[in-house]
Amino acid sequence: MSEQVTALPEATPQSVPEAPSAARRRRHLAEKIRAVALGVGFPLVLILLWDRAVAITGTRLVPSPREVAVMMYDFSFGGIYDDAFSATILTHIWKSMTRVYGGFFLAALIGIPLGLMIGRIRLLRQLLDPTINLLRPIPVTAWLPLSMIFFGLGPNAAIFLVFLGAFYPILLNTIFGVRSVDVRLFEAAAMLGCSGSAMFRQIVFPASLPAIFNGLRIAHGFAWILIVVGEMTGVPTGLGSVIMDGRTLSRTDLVVTGMIVIGVCGFVTDRIIVIISNRVLQWSPQHHA
Amino acid sequence: MRNADRPHVVIRGVSKRFQVGDGEVEALARIDATIERGAFVCLIGASGCGKSTLLRVVAGFEEPTTGEVLVEGKPVTAPGSDRGMVFQDYALFPWMTVRQNIGFGPRQRQLPRKEVEDIADEFVKLVGLERAANRYPSQLSGGMKQRVAIARVLANNANILLMDEPFGALDALTREQLQRELLQIWARTRVTILFVTHSVEEAALLGDRVLVMSAGPGRIESDIKIDLPRPREVSSPEFNAVRRELAQRLTSHMAPARALETVT
Repeated sequence: MSEQVTALPEATPQSVPEAPSAARRRRHLAEKIRAVALGVGFPLVLILLWDRAVAITGTRLVPSPREVAVMMYDFSFGGIYDDAFSATILTHIWKSMTRVYGGFFLAALIGIPLGLMIGRIRLLRQLLDPTINLLRPIPVTAWLPLSMIFFGLGPNAAIFLVFLGAFYPILLNTIFGVRSVDVRLFEAAAMLGCSGSAMFRQIVFPASLPAIFNGLRIAHGFAWILIVVGEMTGVPTGLGSVIMDGRTLSRTDLVVTGMIVIGVCGFVTDRIIVIISNRVLQWSPQHHA
Repeated sequence: MRNADRPHVVIRGVSKRFQVGDGEVEALARIDATIERGAFVCLIGASGCGKSTLLRVVAGFEEPTTGEVLVEGKPVTAPGSDRGMVFQDYALFPWMTVRQNIGFGPRQRQLPRKEVEDIADEFVKLVGLERAANRYPSQLSGGMKQRVAIARVLANNANILLMDEPFGALDALTREQLQRELLQIWARTRVTILFVTHSVEEAALLGDRVLVMSAGPGRIESDIKIDLPRPREVSSPEFNAVRRELAQRLTSHMAPARALETVT
């Protein structure tokens, strides 16, 4: 016995997952290329169908992909129409982003701590839960008149609307995240000497992070969706206002261009959130997409 | 500070009733037991006999309905770092690496960073996980996870290990290995261990003493001392005799309950 006491056996090698081999990595790469080809191929087919449909019906109301491409070029670099919209894309993107992210970060800043507390403190849950569920079904667009009264014509009303849209998914997912933390983790932490606000910081928050990131991602999508509504409040710049202008001027090529730019912005920023969440949630096998 | 003569844990008249719907379920009926310092005590019994509840009362996760648990002469009122629970489902913090999990307790004590790291490294080594120290729990096998859970409570100066069927979810080979390792750790650290199991074989292999519990409501039926020398040879006639005795005690307590079940 005394000899055995001095050293414990190492963990067995078969219990340690192997690193991927070169062949497996190559197969992985082929799979990735296939995924990209399919993902990009489908919208290209849609554009082709769109082009054919416009040509066959001979409609003047819907622009062809070519017209939109020309508009996109002028919107980005100018030199074709040389009107109020030429070469203004960056200004509009920047303005819209300040509103999208103003509303989004405000929602996160309030929604996450509030969600953590509601999830953990019964009194708060009883106090706030009915109100939250009463306010939640109200469409954000219904708030438009009131938000213009509260904040006037301008960017603040837009930020408020984006905030409203982003707030509920963040709040509800955070509450859900806290409620679904394994109680054993709280017990384990308590037995190891963790309590009070340290429990919040060290256990409740990190354990809820997967759900919080889900909420952030959904909310981020809503934030971009709501930018058009938000910029209906009479702001002169921004992608939403470009679309509204296109509508009043009957310039559908401008409308579609604005739609595409919003889509691309939303897509790119969503990828960034996914990358960040994969990094932060490295430990969580379900979330490592 | 340490009083070698005083029993380490005293369970005095502990009973536990749970509210279930409108009624009450009596999980434990007045348990009395004394556990000496450095003992390895196994609690064995059929499922539902309250052995896990008793362990949770000692841990401070559950309050007894009557009676009290004394540790070092002081009554238990809450979970504390002197009593380290090892759960069957590990309860590791999934967002922390092996080393961070093990260093969690020392970190709560506000020790200097360097000291926390030294302690973590020491206990990573104790359970032989040096090569996996920077992995997350999701990247570990069940046996490795349970090693981390044991190291985590030991690193926090626990001198009582409360183990709730810790090896129940492991395959037979890993279980045997961990049983061996646990005995080595016990021999080295001399902690007091209270070990819940439903395996007669495991109790006979590990315990100095086995408390056999029976259900409805949970109580200690027999208190059996095992004097076999260690390491124990599971194929020896002496070991078989112990195993047979334990099995008999266990089934004799279970038989009436089962007969009752079939009647109702």
